[in-house]
Amino acid sequence: MGDTPSTASIAPGKHRSLGLNPEDLLDMYYKMVLTRVLDQRVWALNRQGKVAIVGSCSGHEGAQVGAVWAMDRSRDIFFTFYRDLCALLTLGVTPKEMLLGYMAKAGEPMSGARMFPGHGVYPQYRIINLSNVVGAQMTKAVGSALAAKIRKEPTVVIVFFGDGATSEGEWHEALNFAGIHRLPILFFCENNRWAISVPQHKQMAVPDVALRAQGYGMPGVVVDGSDPLEVLKVTRESAERARNGGGPTLIEAKVERLMPHTSDDDDRRYRPREDLERAKARDPIERFRAYLKGEGILTESQDTAIWARAQKEVDEATEFADKAPFPDPSTLLDHLWATPPGRKGV
Amino acid sequence: MAVKTVIEAIRDAMREEMRRDSRVIVLGEDVGRRGGVFLATEGFIDEFGEERVIDTPLAEASIVGLAIGAALNGLRPIAEIQFTDFIWPIVNQLVGEAARHHYGTNGQVSVPIVVRSPYGGMVRGGLYHSQSAEGFFYHCPGLKVVCPSTPYDAKGLLKSAIRDDDPVLFFEHKRTYRTVRGEVPDEDYTIPIGVADVKREGRDLSVFSYGLTLHYCLQAAEALAKEGIQVEVVDLRTVKPLDTETILASVKKTGKALIVHEDNLTGGVGAEVSALLADAGFTYLDAPIKRLCGPDVPAMPFAPTLEQAFMPTTDKIIDAMRHLARY
Repeated sequence: MGDTPSTASIAPGKHRSLGLNPEDLLDMYYKMVLTRVLDQRVWALNRQGKVAIVGSCSGHEGAQVGAVWAMDRSRDIFFTFYRDLCALLTLGVTPKEMLLGYMAKAGEPMSGARMFPGHGVYPQYRIINLSNVVGAQMTKAVGSALAAKIRKEPTVVIVFFGDGATSEGEWHEALNFAGIHRLPILFFCENNRWAISVPQHKQMAVPDVALRAQGYGMPGVVVDGSDPLEVLKVTRESAERARNGGGPTLIEAKVERLMPHTSDDDDRRYRPREDLERAKARDPIERFRAYLKGEGILTESQDTAIWARAQKEVDEATEFADKAPFPDPSTLLDHLWATPPGRKGV
Repeated sequence: MAVKTVIEAIRDAMREEMRRDSRVIVLGEDVGRRGGVFLATEGFIDEFGEERVIDTPLAEASIVGLAIGAALNGLRPIAEIQFTDFIWPIVNQLVGEAARHHYGTNGQVSVPIVVRSPYGGMVRGGLYHSQSAEGFFYHCPGLKVVCPSTPYDAKGLLKSAIRDDDPVLFFEHKRTYRTVRGEVPDEDYTIPIGVADVKREGRDLSVFSYGLTLHYCLQAAEALAKEGIQVEVVDLRTVKPLDTETILASVKKTGKALIVHEDNLTGGVGAEVSALLADAGFTYLDAPIKRLCGPDVPAMPFAPTLEQAFMPTTDKIIDAMRHLARY
């Protein structure tokens, strides 16, 4: 359970059993580093008054990069939630595009800066991340999986959510329906043990979210979310099962929240400092870096260069977004209807 | 042309659209082998199979959530909420989600779903099987709200709703299902959403209504014609977006307006029609705008005497019309 999460090293040679080459691993590592650098940048921009709100991804990067890597990015559908910056970057969204969102600038691709950063849709990458109502994506994701089954497409849907979402009634409705119809969907819980200020033991009477899978007739798997390779392995197995008609899986990645809930939150009010210190020992970037170095894939100088490259990319994106204009106020009423009504109404 | 009931027209509209477009599916409680509690989907499971006619668990929020998700992945779902009284669990998905996808994504995706829901009283349904709810959803931008009153309109509007790329909430008055008959063309046709229909022309006053009370208004207008009062009866048909053009044109002609609906008075559709007339139709008016609506109690009670007391009946409408005509 989450009280005693693993801080052990990632098993040597693990990537070879997964068929990953060093380029894959360095690419995954870069996405994690890029996420962390961007995350820290927007947090600073928030304190400078240039970014209204940030929900940090720090501590979740390993789970997200592993899960996305396991999917077929050419055809699968990704229902993400607000803490999924690394998933978005891994799927192809750029720091420039993200910063347009953080700064609420014109040209932001997912919502035209109508919604919080990283929210909206990115049709090219099949990303859907609409709501801030926790858990509201669950039944929609199941509906998309239902459509994939009806249309006989080989698509698998993966829906991301936190531990907090599992308390919503719709979360249970979603798993129930997916289980009944054995739909091609993966329920991916990023359990960081905190729903803003409410710890897991006040959210549920069970040690693992994954235990709930039994009630919905599907496998439930707990995975160390700070080990991207283990997450990749579990997610890949689950996706293959779903793609072959084997139905849904509930995956629970035990992750850590290394920052307050959002830039508007002060976690010193409720989170013991020792809990945060324990969490830092499971920083997925540190663990993956140690693995890569141990495997001889990453040298110290390469690592320095990777961080510098991420810093440069984020610097350039910040400058770009800072100079971009805000949306034109005259666009406020645009796109109310997809089909204009028969006659101009009120 | 054949004479059909409202429920037959609705069933025909869905069946024809499902034959025409393989992307159309129906889902809801008891829509499969049972054919729906009002038999709106009778025979569908045999014709279209279990994949396109989906009996859901008894969980309304998920019915609409599933429909949205299926729509986002290429289908055109029709979701049935068995009674409008059970609609509240879907508010988050319909209002918070479906109605915001097109606007919130800056026009990149739409949610072509229809939520059908039997509503209304005079069926001895009590507080939990009689309710009208269009006043709540009327407030929500991004949602179209349709309330047909005749078989012809129900079929044409439901076809438009299914072909529409926006979420459409389609309220069907239960009392009209089997009591209202009318001619329906055999060939394919649609009626545009957002366009009202003048069901009876007149010069002395305008009455705006929809659903069951539209029929009561027509009966009342017929009775007043014998007294020499010519009432124009406008069927709003779509309550969101309102057909402001037809409403204003009618009052420009008659100078007097009465709005009749079964939904509660306060904050109902009549309030918005009144505001429209007070603003854009002020110079046309030569009498106060009047409303005859369900009173501000939670819903229609069970006892028959209380049903009658709640409902804007034909007799009450005659009185209201006569009073306004004489102003």
